[in-house]
Amino acid sequence: MKLDAKIPSGPLEQKWDKHRNELKLISPANKRKYEIIVVGTGLAGASAAASLAELGYYVKAFCFQDSPRRAHSIAAQGGINAAKNYQNDGDSVYRLFYDTIKGGDFRSREANVYRLAQLSLNIIDQCVAQGVPFAREYGGLLANRSFGGAQVSRTFYARGQTGQQLLLGAYQALSRQIAAGMVKMYPRTEMLDLVIVDGHAKGIIVRDLVTGKISSVAADAVILATGGYSNVFYLSTNAKGCNVSAIFRAYKKGACFANPCFTQIHPTCIPVSGEYQSKLTLMSESLRNDGRIWVPKKPGDKRRPQDIPEDERDYFLERKYPSYGNLAPRDISSRAIKEVCDEGRGVGPGGRGVYLDFSDAIKRLGKEKIAERYGNLFDMYEKITGENAYEQPMRIYPAPHYTMGGLWVDYNLMSNIPGLFVLGEANFSDHGANRLGASALMQGLADGYFIIPYTIGHYFATSKQARPSTDHPEFKKAEKDVENMIKRLLSVKGKRTAVSFHRELGKLMWDNVGMARSRQSLEYALKKIPEIRDEFWHNVIVSGEASTLNQDLENAIRIADFLEFAELLALDALEREESCGGHFRVEYQDNGETKRNDEQFAFVSAWEYQGPDKKPVLHKEPLVYEFVQMSTRSYK
Amino acid sequence: MNLTLKVWRQKDGNSRGYLETIEARDIDPHMSFLEMLDVVNERLILEGKEPIAFDSDCREGICGTCSCMINGKPHGGFKGTTTCQLHMRHFKDGDVIVIEPWRSRAFPIIKDLIVDRTALDRIIQAGGYISVNTGSAPEANSIPVPKDVAEAAMDAAACIGCGACVAACKNASAMLFVAAKVSHLNLLPQGKPEKDRRVRNMIAQMDKEGFGNCTNVGSCEAACPKEVSLEFIAKMNRDYAVALLKGEPRKIKSGGAS
Repeated sequence: MKLDAKIPSGPLEQKWDKHRNELKLISPANKRKYEIIVVGTGLAGASAAASLAELGYYVKAFCFQDSPRRAHSIAAQGGINAAKNYQNDGDSVYRLFYDTIKGGDFRSREANVYRLAQLSLNIIDQCVAQGVPFAREYGGLLANRSFGGAQVSRTFYARGQTGQQLLLGAYQALSRQIAAGMVKMYPRTEMLDLVIVDGHAKGIIVRDLVTGKISSVAADAVILATGGYSNVFYLSTNAKGCNVSAIFRAYKKGACFANPCFTQIHPTCIPVSGEYQSKLTLMSESLRNDGRIWVPKKPGDKRRPQDIPEDERDYFLERKYPSYGNLAPRDISSRAIKEVCDEGRGVGPGGRGVYLDFSDAIKRLGKEKIAERYGNLFDMYEKITGENAYEQPMRIYPAPHYTMGGLWVDYNLMSNIPGLFVLGEANFSDHGANRLGASALMQGLADGYFIIPYTIGHYFATSKQARPSTDHPEFKKAEKDVENMIKRLLSVKGKRTAVSFHRELGKLMWDNVGMARSRQSLEYALKKIPEIRDEFWHNVIVSGEASTLNQDLENAIRIADFLEFAELLALDALEREESCGGHFRVEYQDNGETKRNDEQFAFVSAWEYQGPDKKPVLHKEPLVYEFVQMSTRSYK
Repeated sequence: MNLTLKVWRQKDGNSRGYLETIEARDIDPHMSFLEMLDVVNERLILEGKEPIAFDSDCREGICGTCSCMINGKPHGGFKGTTTCQLHMRHFKDGDVIVIEPWRSRAFPIIKDLIVDRTALDRIIQAGGYISVNTGSAPEANSIPVPKDVAEAAMDAAACIGCGACVAACKNASAMLFVAAKVSHLNLLPQGKPEKDRRVRNMIAQMDKEGFGNCTNVGSCEAACPKEVSLEFIAKMNRDYAVALLKGEPRKIKSGGAS
């Protein structure tokens, strides 16, 4: 199989315009003949569903939550980047492009990232028009803050709830189309398989989470906007329900999975407090604008933070990366934190934590100003830890947060299966080996509002594949497969809960495929994962029945997929014998900094499924840099 | 610590519900309330019993999925706190905790502690948006919004749509939820063109869904995990009165297409 990224020719800044002019159109009268399935209603899914319905397509939208407004985009705190240059600080589309591609450690496509930077301008316009209450200056114009990996202030924000407000904007646009009859919304409905007819993605199999009913849905195209897979680590900043199932089922039907080993560990999360813990809570990166990160210079220093004098503190990010300081990118900051904790200088229970200290900022700006900027985050911190961060420093530690990898897509956001489009975190396209802060919201909305509406029409105009009936044997077969899988899960009746397997898998992945990976640790993980999976299928106990609301079953299905997917992630990490961005192989480093190998690894790894217990085939899409030079990332 | 839970169990919308007594043993005070339920559920599963069905997702107080009346109060009744953010350090050894679903005719019970809140989605669909198609937006800074207006709109927009206001209200009114969205959009210049239409349609839908009316008691504000202010209800009532005084919107003449 040859993967063709379909990057348009011509100068970088003209590629998207040129491409748009060349894409074929569907006339308004014909649009209403097409039906589109959208799975997931986060920023990418909701914005796509709304925009496509506005154009006149008929959309069926699915989410497993009880309302589309609850998708996990809602939890994004800090902000959204856009190259508006409102601050007159030298920002431009090119700079946002360059920062993003450099932040991704030169493992993403130039053309995609440039388009993303261009579209960032339209996104802010669109969201403001929808009524997103972004922060404002006294003159009534939009305010900005700075974020990690950038030396300009280009981040737009709505307090610490930017994701919530952007998602509500998209949800409201979606609601308007539901009212107009252009979108049929299916909440509490989970996709369990993709259906391919004559080589094209033409439908999905879903389970109604209230009645347990399995049914088929046919359409002219399928869009997956189902988010990332950080929950493969069990503990992550993702919501409990976030899962890999939709994209993993598509992978098993032939869609290539790209760069699964590119996972992002976010530096500033509240540390783990016990075995029972169900998730980790992020403390927004924006806190690093005013908070200073430090640990005691002496290992094992048990004094209270306020009793440690200034000259016995190590502000290690400021020391190691003076030009970016506390705003060094996420992958670099996370590793630096791990390093000081490994040296025994970590703070708090178990020594897995560092201080994020606001006392200087409070002295400089006053408590009120800090409360205005981050009040809700300080409140959240206090609720969880019982500590007041105005009076003593926060304790933070890295946690899995975002996954850059995902299904492979071309420049049109179409996977290698015609008619299957993948948007937002679920695809792999724009962030390379590390995503910069405030860029996920930007990408989700660029994909949904401004890319898919153009590219999907071209697919319809050129493919001319009729929409099948759900009586087609492929649908019947897929329904049967799903029903059999559910029956099998319920019939094991073993002695361990599904979540206990998830915890075991998560710990294995965090310890061996987490922040530091080695050939040895990866080989160990690859040996252990099939063992856990095998025990799962022989010893899991899933309560209840298939034909009712059954949360234990929903969870077990997702965990079964994680248990297979984890192996692919570890395999990709093993094969990528270099360090780049969030992927750190201890064998390939320069004094703790990542050491890329551009000669051998400047490619996208796209894995093709070959069947159960067979090694997937690796396809390599070379990354060609025509316009920027691949350089060593330096934030020093 | 060890606790006694009295949990509402109900197989589905058509079955009768009852309070079941379940012991929660060895609970760590650092656990969140939902983590405590996770621990209880794991034990129930291993004992071959049906685990307690409850809604939750983000577990950091922003998605609005979690619910529950805890000892008769939505989300447990702690200031600005959702159930997922409530920690067990607020309880003590030997406590009896009563856990029930949201109570409102407009929120039918699906199972145990899970209710159907799609009525709130339908209220948004009736007018809780600004009609702007993708691509037709003007340059962002061409619409200045005074800082205090933007802040007030944000205060209202902070609503997470959990339904605690409805659960707290003796009339099961959704006025705080509706007022939050009406105020968020009606305060902003972008939302003004549809101001009257929005408030009329959203209130009409609210009534149709079977929510009760507001009698200004204020328990909604006290229960709101995002501390959305009662003042927005007053603001909505003003907008509604103005919209009613203006009367039916002008009929649009048909024709004109060439």
